[in-house]
Amino acid sequence: MGAIGIRDVRKSFGRTQVIHGVDLDVADGEFIVVVGPSGCGKSTLLRMVAGLEEITEGEIAIAGRSVNKLEPKERGIAMVFQNYALYPHMSVYANMAYGLKIARKPKDEIDRRVREAARILAIEDYLERRPGQLSGGQRQRVAMGRAIVRDPSVFLFDEPLSNLDAKLRVQMRLEIKQLQRRLGTTSLYVTHDQVEAMTLADRLVVMNAGVAEQIDTPLEVYQRPATRFVAGFIGSPAMNFLDARIAEGGDLRLPELEDPLARHPGASNHAGRAVSLGVRPEHLRPPENGEAPGFQLSVDLVETLGADTLAHGRIDDTRHELTARLPGTHKVAEGERVPLTVDASALHLFDAQSGQRIAG
Amino acid sequence: MLKRVHFKHPVLPYLLVAPQLAVTLIFFIWPAAQALWQSMLVQDAFGLGTQFVWFQNYLELWGDPQYLNSIKVTAIFTISVTALGIGSGLFLATMADRVIRFASGYRTLLITPYAVAPAVAGVLWLFLFNPTVGILAYLMQGMGIAWNPLVNGEDAMIMVIIAAAWKQVSYNFVFFLAGLQSIPRSLIEAAAIDGAGPFRRFWTVIFPLLSPTTFFLMVVNLVYAFFETFATIHATTSGGPSNATNIMVYKVYKDGFVGLDLGSSAAQSVVLMFIVIALTVVQFRYVERRVEYGT
Ligand SMILES: Nc1ncnc2c1ncn2[C@@H]1O[C@H](COP(=O)(O)OP(=O)(O)OP(=O)(O)O)[C@@H](O)[C@H]1O
Ligand SMILES: [Mg+2]
Repeated sequence: MGAIGIRDVRKSFGRTQVIHGVDLDVADGEFIVVVGPSGCGKSTLLRMVAGLEEITEGEIAIAGRSVNKLEPKERGIAMVFQNYALYPHMSVYANMAYGLKIARKPKDEIDRRVREAARILAIEDYLERRPGQLSGGQRQRVAMGRAIVRDPSVFLFDEPLSNLDAKLRVQMRLEIKQLQRRLGTTSLYVTHDQVEAMTLADRLVVMNAGVAEQIDTPLEVYQRPATRFVAGFIGSPAMNFLDARIAEGGDLRLPELEDPLARHPGASNHAGRAVSLGVRPEHLRPPENGEAPGFQLSVDLVETLGADTLAHGRIDDTRHELTARLPGTHKVAEGERVPLTVDASALHLFDAQSGQRIAG
Repeated sequence: MLKRVHFKHPVLPYLLVAPQLAVTLIFFIWPAAQALWQSMLVQDAFGLGTQFVWFQNYLELWGDPQYLNSIKVTAIFTISVTALGIGSGLFLATMADRVIRFASGYRTLLITPYAVAPAVAGVLWLFLFNPTVGILAYLMQGMGIAWNPLVNGEDAMIMVIIAAAWKQVSYNFVFFLAGLQSIPRSLIEAAAIDGAGPFRRFWTVIFPLLSPTTFFLMVVNLVYAFFETFATIHATTSGGPSNATNIMVYKVYKDGFVGLDLGSSAAQSVVLMFIVIALTVVQFRYVERRVEYGT
């Protein structure tokens, strides 16, 4: 029982407002990932749910009960911090038992729950050690252990993996996902790593400057980003944006080029509008046999990743820069002109001013 | 380690350390040796006759009720000064750590006493506690407390303890504040989420994490109370009334320079020298230990 309701929540530090009205409904057992660039207010939002930051305006409810006025300990939450926040002077066992002891649970129950959590997380062998004697990954597990022994209705994670090396991060990511599946505990997870966000989330909240720009499943966010910001933030390498104009019939034109770049059926009733035309590098491809190329890419720089080759260049020698992700087998050289094309269905159109999605 | 080849000139390294060596020899080793030598002599009050008596002076100390009294007084004094100084410093630092507005103003105010010379601090408290003109004495008399540090030994002791501790509070405050601020906020927050209230958070998380600081300050405060409170005592009670505040350091001065019993005075100062050596060893051996905050 851990549904979370966040209603028009705002937060100001002194006169600076950092959260500008966020609405979010988290179903019981759901895994929500909040992702966004540094300083956008992710941690602040999470800390308001935890009760570590006062809510300036709006309401947060956990399990149907408003928690605005409740202390952190009364909210039925557990939190995993970026720096783990383990008590350095206590053994791993004491770290995990601390909360239960304060809650005056019987000794044998504490022991049972700590050992059970240690078994799940495979840290049974370290129970007597101090956190300082553990590796980063082990500390991370202890922090998770401390969270799960309390059997909370909500888990809160604030960038729990960002202090780990890349390989361990992948492994812990999987473990967190499995653990959450198994326990079925509602989770709110903050990260700025989009791979973590995409892989862990049931639903994603993409935040920018204190506003939730889109709340949707990872796939939907990738396929139909609601704003230009979301489109540019999710996906790697980032989406290409071109300043274009919609001509009669839905033709998309770049001012410098004679021929329209592409034709987009959904754009026809927006003729004359200035747009930001978005196309993902992975959706640019060499034309198939007999197909007319959409444009030529004058390649300035090539990055070889093995499986893929990234070609950075400009469209037909204009100022419009573009990155294309081509199969690793496709040989490209710097200074070359590569014919490329794109399917109209893979184009995204955003209003040039507001950045809101128009069509596509 | 630096290798020999760093110095081409054979004499240069010796020249470079010479000033430091000279200072140590002239101002420490030589007087210490003199004291050791002196402590084995008995001299008549006019300095005319001197006799070498081996450890006679030391043996006499253990039989001297005045000296035993001084040890007791010193124990009470140093322990009280240390406890009061550390307790107040910790309390003020904990409070200052929570202050957000005007924080630097408060801190500066709290640090100022450290800049006051011990004798001045002593005289300040002497006036505050003076039975005829002191405002604190006046307040206490108003509350019906009989107070006269000039006559009553216990009152005098309380006065010098407060005067000596007051000066040290600032020092302790600075270290505790630094210690508190190096404890990651997330630890306190984790404890709050675990259900610990402010009081429990302090005793189960904050205080244990401050223990290296506390230990370091304990040694520093003990050394201070033992050796650096001479001026405080000298400016206020001069060891009186009837030796009630005659701490060991003060007794060395009194016996040697007032009583002119140089042999016994030297023996007492050698005893103090061993105490300070012991405290320094403790400090070097254990204070280096540091709690790491497990990040
Ligand atoms: N205690 C505070 N006082 C004043 N401003 C704050 C405070 N805490 C955060 N802020 C501001 O609020 C904004 C959001 O901060 P927040 O920590 O939520 O960002 P974030 O999205 O978690 O960033 P990161 O990815 O770097 O952790 C930032 O501009 C930050 O400067
Ligand atoms: Mg953050």
